[in-house]
Amino acid sequence: MSNANSQAVARYQNNFLKEVEERVEDGHWVKMCMQCGVCAGSCPLGNAWEHSPQKIFMMIRAGKREEVLTSDSMWMCTSCYNCIVRCPRQLPITHIMHGLAHYSNRLGMVPKGQPTQEIAKIFWNNLVKTGRVNELKFSLSMYFKDGFVQGIKNALAMQSIGLGLVKAGRLNPMELFGGHKCKDSGAIQKMIAKAREIEDRRHAAS
Amino acid sequence: MAKRQYAFYPGCSSQKGASAANFATSIQLMNDKLDIQLNEIPDWNCCGASIGYGEGSELQRLVLNARNLALAETNLPGQDLVSGCPACWLATREAAERLHNTDHLMADTNEALKEAGLNFKGTVKARHMVEVLVEDIGFEGLKAPVVKPLQEMKIAGYVGCQTNRPFGIAGESFENPMYLDKMIESVGAEAVAYDQKVTCCGGALAFSEPDKSQKQIKDIVEAAYDGGAELIVTPCQLCQANVEIYQSEINKKKGTKLNMPVVYYSQLMTVAYGGSAKEAGLNGQLIKAEKLEKIASK
Repeated sequence: MSNANSQAVARYQNNFLKEVEERVEDGHWVKMCMQCGVCAGSCPLGNAWEHSPQKIFMMIRAGKREEVLTSDSMWMCTSCYNCIVRCPRQLPITHIMHGLAHYSNRLGMVPKGQPTQEIAKIFWNNLVKTGRVNELKFSLSMYFKDGFVQGIKNALAMQSIGLGLVKAGRLNPMELFGGHKCKDSGAIQKMIAKAREIEDRRHAAS
Repeated sequence: MAKRQYAFYPGCSSQKGASAANFATSIQLMNDKLDIQLNEIPDWNCCGASIGYGEGSELQRLVLNARNLALAETNLPGQDLVSGCPACWLATREAAERLHNTDHLMADTNEALKEAGLNFKGTVKARHMVEVLVEDIGFEGLKAPVVKPLQEMKIAGYVGCQTNRPFGIAGESFENPMYLDKMIESVGAEAVAYDQKVTCCGGALAFSEPDKSQKQIKDIVEAAYDGGAELIVTPCQLCQANVEIYQSEINKKKGTKLNMPVVYYSQLMTVAYGGSAKEAGLNGQLIKAEKLEKIASK
């Protein structure tokens, strides 16, 4: 169990709803869910979720901490926002799913190898480095995330598309050597680090 | 007439040599004809996109977006921030609204922004390029510069998700928004009826969950064919890329023969306004929009 996880367990004991309300982005909305199921029926990847948002909300209230935080359901969210605009109680469901995914990641509870978590990490690290996303490096890091041999296989499988994009002027091989970036990328990194520091300070105080 | 001025936030995909470079090309002539001047926000950064949440925390993502807002506020005072990318627009607008509504978030954000030598007062409005066209110019205004009406073209207006939800264009329905169809009609083409106008293409999960996303894409393209369309038009960079790029993959896996060009509204308008195929960025298509190229070369 990660340090952050054992601290959270000790602090909230068996009150998982309270933990979600205090620690998860927009988590204070969870108790407003009336279990109508519109979110479950509105999700484009609905059948890929082991637990729909509706179920996740009930599981939170039932204190099923381990099941919720180790679920890969939240990582199926495509950020289409269908559930948000359709929820009769106007719960910001997309944000709550993002918040749960983030929280689970922070506690080190995401199932190993969860692909969306992996690309989210690659994407974030990519953008924080220079302030802007380097699409070429992002694609290559994704292909090679499971090792060199698999990376070559993945890259070859996507070769015709990649070359097509290069030909169309929509993928620049030179991006491998530097590429687009913010002039003030150092300050951006400091700002991002500061934001984390402020959040930790607030959590310690709450 | 004095041009309308906006603080422009292009976003990562619209940079030179990036996946939506042809969008960036195509808005130039369109905006010239519509007397719109986009002033690029100096040193803007990535918005975090729809996948940044996995690793980036709430405040970290807010701060990223607040930096762009603060840069616009400081360097281009009085101008609305306008993005051509729905993900950039959504993240920026979402951030602006959260900062307005929560005192401690504004204070915390400004504390972090200090590291970049900036402060955000909260005066900037974040808008989408389509809002500028629909609200500031209007459909009649969009018609005015047309010199080559795209008659006989049947087009599926694919709105997708993030231009449409959770904010959308004011006064439009989430389930069946009409503005894109009206934009298509304003350049003389026919907007076909089909049932996947606001279906999700899979978004960023096209990378991590390819099979699930490609099912979405297949449904969208097939519905456009069923509706009689010969071209898909979208306001979204990720929709454009996903729906165009993966058709060949789907054909390989499913034995289909999908070959539907997918372009931006700005490419349609540039051609209708008399621009060349190159000015419309049509050389950036993986699936060539031949009919549109032909009209452009007339």
